[in-house]
Amino acid sequence: MNLDQIIACPVCDALHHDQDVKKHSTAKCARCGTVLAAPKSGAMTRIAMLSLTALILLIAAACFPFLALEAQGFSHRASVLDTVMAFSSGPMAPLSLATGFLIVLLPAARYCALIYTLAPMAIGWRPAPQAARVYTWAERLKPWAMAEIFIIGVAVALVKVSGLARVELGPAFWAFAALLVVTILTDSAICRLTVRKTLKIRSSGQSEI
Amino acid sequence: MEPPENSQQYLTAAEAGLVGCRACGTVAPRGTRVCPCCQSRLELSETASLQRVWAWLIAGLIAYIPANIYPMLRTVTFGRASENTLMGGILELLHHGSYGVAFIVFFASIVIPIAKFLAIAFLALSVRKPPTLDTHGRLLLYEVVEFIGRWSMIDVFVVAILTALVQLDFAAAISPGIAAVSFALSVAFTMLAAQSFDPRLMWLAEKRDES
Ligand SMILES: [Zn+2]
Ligand SMILES: [Zn+2]
Repeated sequence: MNLDQIIACPVCDALHHDQDVKKHSTAKCARCGTVLAAPKSGAMTRIAMLSLTALILLIAAACFPFLALEAQGFSHRASVLDTVMAFSSGPMAPLSLATGFLIVLLPAARYCALIYTLAPMAIGWRPAPQAARVYTWAERLKPWAMAEIFIIGVAVALVKVSGLARVELGPAFWAFAALLVVTILTDSAICRLTVRKTLKIRSSGQSEI
Repeated sequence: MEPPENSQQYLTAAEAGLVGCRACGTVAPRGTRVCPCCQSRLELSETASLQRVWAWLIAGLIAYIPANIYPMLRTVTFGRASENTLMGGILELLHHGSYGVAFIVFFASIVIPIAKFLAIAFLALSVRKPPTLDTHGRLLLYEVVEFIGRWSMIDVFVVAILTALVQLDFAAAISPGIAAVSFALSVAFTMLAAQSFDPRLMWLAEKRDES
């Protein structure tokens, strides 16, 4: 038995023949229903483009002014960096670091990893060196990249201060809102095992799946 | 696709003397430590997985207690200081009439964490004992827990944003309370507990119980 031609379902361990699945159809595990393959034409290109968009939005969100507050003649501006530094004084510095990682650094790292793995395949090149390993990291980072949760936090915070002061939304706010949409689109375009299979086939030298 | 009559008809990697990769589905001979395709660690061990689940879950529970007792926020308005706990913040939102937002915060900070503790404990226990919910149901529960758990972080971000934003000298200033740290830790620990749980153990147990 050739081990290259069988795969084990990652959720229930059932063995399946790794057949070629037609484009735009889905192969599911017969035992537990997990999607094992869902090839779509242009999926690699779409994921790479979405990741690039998300990365640009994230950089914009981190650089531009975010929110400004005005009350009783006082005013205060905050950027995303200020938000990250909110806990930086005193015993809560580790939380500041964690916030920075969760809302900026880890999402950025994840999108970089996705672009590194998928962009060469999108333009028909061979995968970059160590692409499989880098993709593993992109998958591992996924639950910890919380940029889209942050924007919901912003919405809640806006309601909380609305009685206290007038809030102006900066361009970074809209960048984060767009990031929420792009993140959802990226996540729904990715089929883990299909990316894996494409990576495997492309790095072994064949050009088309 | 036909629902399976029983699970005996499926040959698993473990039974075939192989080990499957949880990240990419590649199979390798049993005893292989690292996946030849993606370099993930290969392992299917009930004891190791469940030990990690319980350790992270207990850590998450312990961190959740101070998160509810101590203040999340300290607000100073015109020299008057007030402190708000997690529940206090929700009551204040209700008081202002923001029912929708109060509901979101209540759901993210109280309902999801507690439901998650119960769900993970139930999943971990069900591997060893005959389960009351079938494997497909428990798989759905596991997927919901993995998907929804990270959204509890909302309240930590709210505290960070308020602290950064509301710095109006004398008029109003907000600073974070110690509960924000323990709440963030609790969310991170329970996320690790959910990730440590290997769903293949449920299907392994199902086959063992049937035979
Ligand atoms: Zn399966
Ligand atoms: Zn692997």
